[in-house]
Amino acid sequence: MNQFTRAFTPEKLQEAWHVFLTEFPMGLWETLYVTILSTFFAILLGLPLGILLVTGDEKGIRPLPQALMKVINVLINFLRSVPFLILIVMVIPLTRAIIGTSIGSVASIVPLVVAAFPFVARLVESSLRELDPNIIEMAQSMGASTWQIIFRTMLPESVPSLVTNFTLAITTILGYTAMSGAMGGGGLGKIAINYGYSRYKYAVLYLAVIVLVLLVQVFQSIGTHLAARLDKRIKK
Amino acid sequence: MIELRNLSKSFITSSGQVDALQHVSLTVNDGDIYGIIGMSGAGKSTLVRCINMLERPTEGSVLLNGRDLGALNKKEIQLMRRKVTMIFQSFNLLMQRTCLQNILFPLKLAHMPRQEAETRARKLLETVGLPDKANAYPAQLSGGQQQRVAIARALATDPEVLLCDEATSALDPKTTHSILELIRQINRDTGITVIVITHQMSVVQEICNRVAILENGTVVEEGDVSRVFSRPQAAATRALVFPEAEQDELLLGAQGNQLIRLVFDGSDTTNTPLIASMAIDCGIAASIISASTRTLSGRVYGYMLLEIPGGPDELAQAVKYLSGTPGITVQVDVEYRAKEAAQ
Repeated sequence: MNQFTRAFTPEKLQEAWHVFLTEFPMGLWETLYVTILSTFFAILLGLPLGILLVTGDEKGIRPLPQALMKVINVLINFLRSVPFLILIVMVIPLTRAIIGTSIGSVASIVPLVVAAFPFVARLVESSLRELDPNIIEMAQSMGASTWQIIFRTMLPESVPSLVTNFTLAITTILGYTAMSGAMGGGGLGKIAINYGYSRYKYAVLYLAVIVLVLLVQVFQSIGTHLAARLDKRIKK
Repeated sequence: MIELRNLSKSFITSSGQVDALQHVSLTVNDGDIYGIIGMSGAGKSTLVRCINMLERPTEGSVLLNGRDLGALNKKEIQLMRRKVTMIFQSFNLLMQRTCLQNILFPLKLAHMPRQEAETRARKLLETVGLPDKANAYPAQLSGGQQQRVAIARALATDPEVLLCDEATSALDPKTTHSILELIRQINRDTGITVIVITHQMSVVQEICNRVAILENGTVVEEGDVSRVFSRPQAAATRALVFPEAEQDELLLGAQGNQLIRLVFDGSDTTNTPLIASMAIDCGIAASIISASTRTLSGRVYGYMLLEIPGGPDELAQAVKYLSGTPGITVQVDVEYRAKEAAQ
């Protein structure tokens, strides 16, 4: 406790403010681009996989061999159940192969995508399963092909739900960037750990937390607002 | 012309095999408004889905203008479905798309050029009476309006057959009437063949010229609407046409009362005091258990259930007297007795 109060003396606060002004802009920028790029790639991989989970289902519009679906499901569950901290270490060879190094902001995108894309696939799956099966039947009755059902019916009709779920994904990934920051990545997480944990500069830690919380709020507000605006089922 | 030949469809469920359709054979002529009626679970929805191959028949065939639809490959089925379109109980509009975009949907699937498609879609909106709703979203429309948009969408690819799966079941009577009127008008104007699946007798009565009654996956009766309504043969048909009379009949019949069913077959006899004349001429004071008449295509059809007091002699006399009246069919119902005997 004594140590804790000593961390908030005027000098310490002033020092923290200095760190805030000199290092936070870069940290914020790193956190932002790592989060956004990771989310982008996670969606790039997770969206088709999520679609596959729904369409390839036994009762889906294009059933695939159920043994294959079982394997895919087990793999997704496996990736989802490995703790992120362990996963970062596990994918180091992959990170080196793609980026050339396993240290730094850019390198942290690889484990983030590996951790997030199975999560996104499950979110997409749940969004698409919400869709009224009668709508799919309607599209089939109009002579739509499998691709037309996916791209002209399932996805457009699920846009509000997908936006809501992608918002959940981006805020979760933002939280994960702090963890990758501790494991050699960059961004606000790294600043918080470096100053707050390694050098007992709690004031810096708290400032970093405040910025992270504000970021989550911003992403969530944009997502919620966008989902509501895009949803044409709401009478206006 | 659509021909269903010996059509059967079975589903394998966890509780065993369900025979949804068994050896159904029907012929629907071009320009018909053909009703398929039955209680829920009778197999109506499965039947209509076999016509556009949403359900593959287990046995038998569906012929559209002589072509066996069961033999088509995937691509051919997609093309066929532009000519055999469907409207639904729950409308099934794309909720994130405007009315215009909903009508454009089948045209986009068919890769029609944008300009041409839009002109056509707007014209269809006019046909269904919603020219000002092009940019409205389905959520902003009433049920009846949504079904109108669905009809416009179903007509977009200029189909030969329109399948209506309980299309008015979610609508109130007044809206039902206006939707049926619209379907009838489109049938008249374009000569499109319409197949109407319903559990409501009033729907068949209002627009169909032919009807099939489906019970437990089989067609128990089939024919012109006026004929089926005036002289329902199968018990299932009678239960649908005159639900009240059927109940009385079963109840009183089971109690051993002597019952006669009078069927008025589109004649003027509903205006003559038939029961009173019988009382005067024969001295038989019959009581009316239930009666129901309907007007179809300007002719009166009806159904009257009489209880004849006394013994078999009086019953025979009453039958003889009533049979002498033109335009009336007299049925001494032996069916309930047969039922009783079987028990």
